[in-house]
Amino acid sequence: MSDHEYTPKSKFGKWFNDRLPLLTLANHLTDYPTPKNLNYWWTFGGILTFCLITQIVTGLVLAMHYIAHADMAFDSVEHIMRDVNYGWLIRYIHANGASMFFLAVYIHIFRSLFYGSYKAPREIIWIIGIIIYLLMMAAAFLGYVLPWGQMSFWGATVITNLFSAIPLVGEGIVTWLWGGYSVDNPTLTRFFTLHYLIPFLILGLVVLHIWALHVPGNNNPVGIDIKKPSKDTVPFHPYIVIKDGFALLMFMIVFAFFVFYTPNILGHADNYIEANPLVTPAHIVPEWYLLPFYAILRSVPDKLLGVVAMLSAILILAALPWLDTSKIRSAVFRPLYRQFYWILVADVLILGYVGAMPAEGLYLLVARVATAYYFLHFLVILPVLGWKEKTLPIPLSITEPILGGSPNLATAKNKESLNK
Amino acid sequence: MSEKKTNRRDFLFTATYAVGAVGVGATIWPMIDQMNPDASVKALASTEVDVSSVNPGKTITVLWRGKPVFIRRRTQDEIAEARAVKLEDLKHPEKDEDRAANPEWLVMLGVCTHLGCVPLDQKGEYNGWFCPCHGSHYDISGRIRKGPAPTNMEIPKYEFVNANTIKIG
Repeated sequence: MSDHEYTPKSKFGKWFNDRLPLLTLANHLTDYPTPKNLNYWWTFGGILTFCLITQIVTGLVLAMHYIAHADMAFDSVEHIMRDVNYGWLIRYIHANGASMFFLAVYIHIFRSLFYGSYKAPREIIWIIGIIIYLLMMAAAFLGYVLPWGQMSFWGATVITNLFSAIPLVGEGIVTWLWGGYSVDNPTLTRFFTLHYLIPFLILGLVVLHIWALHVPGNNNPVGIDIKKPSKDTVPFHPYIVIKDGFALLMFMIVFAFFVFYTPNILGHADNYIEANPLVTPAHIVPEWYLLPFYAILRSVPDKLLGVVAMLSAILILAALPWLDTSKIRSAVFRPLYRQFYWILVADVLILGYVGAMPAEGLYLLVARVATAYYFLHFLVILPVLGWKEKTLPIPLSITEPILGGSPNLATAKNKESLNK
Repeated sequence: MSEKKTNRRDFLFTATYAVGAVGVGATIWPMIDQMNPDASVKALASTEVDVSSVNPGKTITVLWRGKPVFIRRRTQDEIAEARAVKLEDLKHPEKDEDRAANPEWLVMLGVCTHLGCVPLDQKGEYNGWFCPCHGSHYDISGRIRKGPAPTNMEIPKYEFVNANTIKIG
């Protein structure tokens, strides 16, 4: 993919590289031309890679002490917390790491939404990203079941029962998922297996995600296609490596704050009570990162339609490159879209808030309005905006607006004269 | 001539694909079916419960197949209330007579038909059960009256072994 042919300097390097071109790959990754105007919202790809590796490493260590059995799982987690050397630290990193992972992924997704990174030619990157996001939710749910506390047990019961909404085969599927007539030991052991598997699937998809990214190269805050390499780009190393590294350090401060100062604030106290199939906790809520979808599920009074609405809310994202009909990528040049973008952000935050509240009265009403707006944004506003909106003129290059003073008018004229 | 050859080859391809598909299916099925309830789980199919100590107006909860079963000894008022409900008012129309053959005893799975939580006894707007998870209200016959649950709480197979003992399953 590099524009120039790379030849290793040493004789051994050349011999090796002719047989397995790892050095060519390393050279591609260091020289990879990156838009020079990338802002800090672009550092979350690296942060997410860090999160994935953190979860895999801490998870591997926890698996050395955890026992996947309905009678022993809860005690083995307490054993990790009290007896295992640094077990408390490793488990708190793993548990809070899941939340940090979702925090970073939501910023990463909303950065894409703002700068139109999902648009042609980056649709495949986006769709792989959505699959990764789905797998993350599956891994988070499966992992939450493993400590076998009350929230684990009842969360597992409620989520697996979503499948019972499927007509005809639903009940059979649920029994098959459980390996019994309720959530029990067979369910726990298979959840552990799958929780172990999924991170490695995510790792594989991350490789594809980055590979697909390196074909067209990064989008950028201006959202225009740029020549690579050119005056508009800098090599990945050292420029982006340093910037990503600094952002990662800032992120780790937040991460460490949760781990060391308030490790349980994102969890539920009920999960420190061992699973009891006879008593459902008074107020079941999922982890914070699933709350908006939970609110959508509860806002629909019909069981099947509720499940369909919740799944659609996630899957609709995969169709986004075709729902957004605007040719302009960046919201910087889309004055109307910019406003709808922030309304969507508020809408999702509201859904998250009402998802944590009891489904009744005013909360239910707000949840219904917010759910309707969520779908309205993607199915009506985005397609219509694409051909109604009067966008601002885009610059010809990243460098031009900086060198040419006033960006908009001057570049617009330039572009018109060029078109003639 | 060439047509004949093509036909013979097509047949061989189709036959190969068909045998291959059966082989793949036969290999995958054990991998799928191993997740279904195993023999030891199925063996725990029935439970006997002594109900002699249950007073009228009280409910006991027993575990059957990993799920709670509510056994309620209903008062005369409750029976009258359950039987007075018109079928038109029900989301999932079932007569109380069909749900509780012996009207004093209501035996049903204590599992909300929405997403499987355990409803709370003597709560909700219909004097029966209320599910705290997503707000389904059941009446004193365990029938869904309000909320997202699609059907009434399920009645398991059970029988009175003698006056004081119920065998579930």
